[in-house]
Amino acid sequence: MSFAKLTASALAIAAVSATAAAARDNVQVAGSSTVLPYASIVAEAFGENFDFPTPVVESGGSSAGLKRFCEGVGETSIDIANASRPIKDKEIETCKANGVSDIIEVRIGYDGIVFASQLNGPAFTAFTPSDLFKALAAELPVDGKMVANTASTWADANPELPAVDIAAFIPGTKHGTREVFEEKVLIEGCKATGALEAMVGMGMDEKDAEKACKAVRTDGKSVDIDGDYTETLARIDTNPNGVGVFGLAFYENNTDKLKVATMSGIAPSTETIASGEYPVSRPLFFYIKKAHIGVIPGLKEFAEFFVSDEMAGPDGPLAAYGLVSDPELAATQAKVANEETMSN
Amino acid sequence: MTDVPFTDASSGPARPARTGSLLEADARTRRRNAAEARFRLYGIAAVGVGLFFLAALLYAIFSNGIGAFQQTGYTLQVEFREDVLDKTGNRDLEDIKSVKTFAYSPLLRAAMLREIETHGIDTPLADAKVTGFSSPLDKLFSDGARSTLRDMVLADPSLIGQTVAVRILASSRVDGYLKGRVSRESIERDKNLDAVHLDLIDKLRDAGVATKGFNLAFITGPDASDARPEQAGLGVAMLGSLYMMIVVLLLSLPIGVAASIYLEEFAPQNRFTDIIEVNISNLAAVPSIVFGILGLAVFIQFVHLPQSAPLVGGLVLSLMTLPTIIISTRASLKAVPPSIRDAALGVGASKMQAVFHHVLPLAMPGILTGTIIGLAQALGETAPLLLIGMVGFIASNYPDGAISGFLAPNSAMPAQIYEWAKRADPAFYERAWGGIIILLLFLMTMNIIAIILRRRFERRW
Repeated sequence: MSFAKLTASALAIAAVSATAAAARDNVQVAGSSTVLPYASIVAEAFGENFDFPTPVVESGGSSAGLKRFCEGVGETSIDIANASRPIKDKEIETCKANGVSDIIEVRIGYDGIVFASQLNGPAFTAFTPSDLFKALAAELPVDGKMVANTASTWADANPELPAVDIAAFIPGTKHGTREVFEEKVLIEGCKATGALEAMVGMGMDEKDAEKACKAVRTDGKSVDIDGDYTETLARIDTNPNGVGVFGLAFYENNTDKLKVATMSGIAPSTETIASGEYPVSRPLFFYIKKAHIGVIPGLKEFAEFFVSDEMAGPDGPLAAYGLVSDPELAATQAKVANEETMSN
Repeated sequence: MTDVPFTDASSGPARPARTGSLLEADARTRRRNAAEARFRLYGIAAVGVGLFFLAALLYAIFSNGIGAFQQTGYTLQVEFREDVLDKTGNRDLEDIKSVKTFAYSPLLRAAMLREIETHGIDTPLADAKVTGFSSPLDKLFSDGARSTLRDMVLADPSLIGQTVAVRILASSRVDGYLKGRVSRESIERDKNLDAVHLDLIDKLRDAGVATKGFNLAFITGPDASDARPEQAGLGVAMLGSLYMMIVVLLLSLPIGVAASIYLEEFAPQNRFTDIIEVNISNLAAVPSIVFGILGLAVFIQFVHLPQSAPLVGGLVLSLMTLPTIIISTRASLKAVPPSIRDAALGVGASKMQAVFHHVLPLAMPGILTGTIIGLAQALGETAPLLLIGMVGFIASNYPDGAISGFLAPNSAMPAQIYEWAKRADPAFYERAWGGIIILLLFLMTMNIIAIILRRRFERRW
C-alpha cells in the first residue's frame, strides 16, 4: 500500500509542478558527446556576451540527441541536436511524422580521428589503412578462401612496424567514430591490399565483401571501447603495446601521455585535416528546428554566434580546443542567417 | 559431597584421565589455543587490510584532489580604456554591452606587458605579434578572464577610464605548471604553451605577479566548458543536490513514517500486510538504476516533467530512499516497549494518541538517524541520475529563483564529478578528485549528525 500511496502522491506533485513549468526562455541543446565540448564553449561565451540566458547543453550521443530532436515541436522538445554524423533519411522521416519538417543543417567544422600509443612505448609512428586492415580484420582472403586472421604482432601486418603483440583499442559500435574508422580505414585498407577484389572474385557480392572488410577480429587483439576516450587512454596507460583511436582534440590535450602516428605518411593536424590531406576525418553538425526560431528567445542568435568567425573561425576558441575549422564557413554563416532548411 | 561433581566431570567415557600437570598445556589445549590465536590474527589481518585500503583511498583522494582548492592567478593593473570600451563616451549601458568579450583581450595583454616591463623581465613574448583575434600572450590567461573584466565594467561603468588592480585567472596549463602537473618535457609536445611561456611564468612567480590562492570559486562557482577548466566549480551542482535532498526529505520522510506507523501500529496481521512487508524489504535491495528507468518512464515520458530537473531526480531518489526509511522507522517503533503503549491506553488515550504522544517521540531519534543515512545514500547516488539527464549536462546556470530551482535543469554533485572525470583536459581530473573531497565531507557531516542524534537522544530499555 505504501508504494501505491507513494506513487499517487508523487504523481500528484508531478502534475501540479508540470503545470507550473512556464514558458522556456533558454535554448536547449542535446546530442553527440564529440560536439558537446564545442557546444558548451559556445554556450558559455554566448551567455557572457548576450542578454539571453546561457543555453542548456546535454550530451547523450548523436542518435539519442536526434531522437529527442524529432519528438515534436514545442517547448518540451529540444531546439538543437548536435551530431557527429549527418542526419539519416529515416530520422528525417520520423521528424516529419512528428511535425518537425523544417530542419536547418549546420556544419560547424571537422574532427580528426588519430591513432596514438603510449609516449614511451614501441615506435608506432606510421600507419597505413592496409596495416590496420591486415592487423585487425577478422578474416582475410587466402587462396580463394576466407581464413581467420593469423597476424599476432604488428610486424606480421607490416615488417616495418614494431614486432609487439597487437593490442588495439577502437571505439565501440555505438560511437559515430566507429563508422568513420570502418569507412576511412578498414574499407580503404581492404581496397588497398586487394582483399576486396579477392573477395568479390570469390563470388561475394559487393555488399557482403564490404561487410567482411569491416568485420573486426574478436579474438581479444582488438578491443571495443564503449566508454569515451578517457577509458581508451586508461587502457593505453596500462598497456605499453596498446594502440588507441582518439579524437584530435583529445590527443592534443594529452600530449604528455600519448604520441600520435601518421596515416599514409600524413601527420594529423588542424592544417592537414582542413586541407583534406589527412584521410581520417569527419564533419560535425548541429541541426536547428526552424519552427522554434522566433519562439525560443536567442535561438537564432546562438546558431549565428556558433558559426561566427569569432567562435568557429581558424583563430577562435573552438579551433584552439581542437575543432578543424571549415574552409567554407562563410557559406554556413549565410545559410544560418537565411534560415535555409534541408531540401527534402 | 564436593568431590562428586569433580569425579563426574573427569570420569566421562570419552575423555581419558588427565595425567600431566594442570599448569602445563597438553597437545589438545595447545591446538585449541593455537586455533584461537590464528583466528585472532585473521581478524586483525582483515581489519588491517581494510584500514590499508581506506588509507590508500584517502591518500589517493587527497593527494590528487587537494590541488583543486588552489588556483593560480595574476594581480594585474588593468586600464579600462575608454577608446575600446565606450567609443561614444556617453556611458550608455547598451553601448557598453555591445562591446563583446573579445574586445577585452587587448586590455589584458597591455596589463601583462606593463607588469613585464615594471619587473624588468626579459622575454621574447614582449614583442609578440597579434594575429587575427589571438596573440601568444593569450595562452597565459583563462578564457574567462575577459568576461571577468566585462562583468566588472557592466556592473560599474564608472570604471571606464580608470586603472584598477584585478586578480585574473591564469589558464589551466599555467596553473598545472605551477602545481607540477605539467612538466617542461610535456610542454614541448604541446601546442598550448611554449617554453618561452614557462620562462615568463617562472619570472612572474618570482616577481610575485603570478600567485596561488585559495579557490573559493571551485566550491561556489558554476561548471565551465571544456576550454576553461580553471573556472569550473561545484556550486551549481551542489545546489542541484540540495534541491533533490529537499524533495527527498519532504516526500520520503512523511510517507515513510506514515506507512511505518500504519504497518506497525494499526495494520492487521494478514497475508496482505505480509506481502507488503516482503516487498518493502525487496525494494530496499533493488539496484538504484532500476529506479532511474522507472523515473524516466513515469516522470519524464508519462507525466512529461522536464529532463535534468532536480524535482525528477528528487522523486527518483525518494523511491530509492523510502524502503530504507520505512525499515529503520519500523525498527525504532518496535524498539519502544509495549508497556508505554499499554500505560497510555490504560489512562484512556486513544490508539492514535498513544502513538503520536508517546511512541513516536520515543522512536524519533531512530527515525531521524535512518532518514539521515537514507539521505546520505541518496546524495552519493549517480546511477539513476544517468537516465534522467542529470549526467552529461553542463551545470553552468544558477537557478533564477528559489522555486524555479526545482525545475531548472541542473546536475548533482556525484554526476558533476563523473562528468569532470570524463573530460579530456587533465585539469578536470584534478577537479573530479577535489569534488570527491567535498562530497565526502558532506557525507561525513551527515553521518556524524546521525551518530550524535543517536548518542544523545536514543533511550534503551
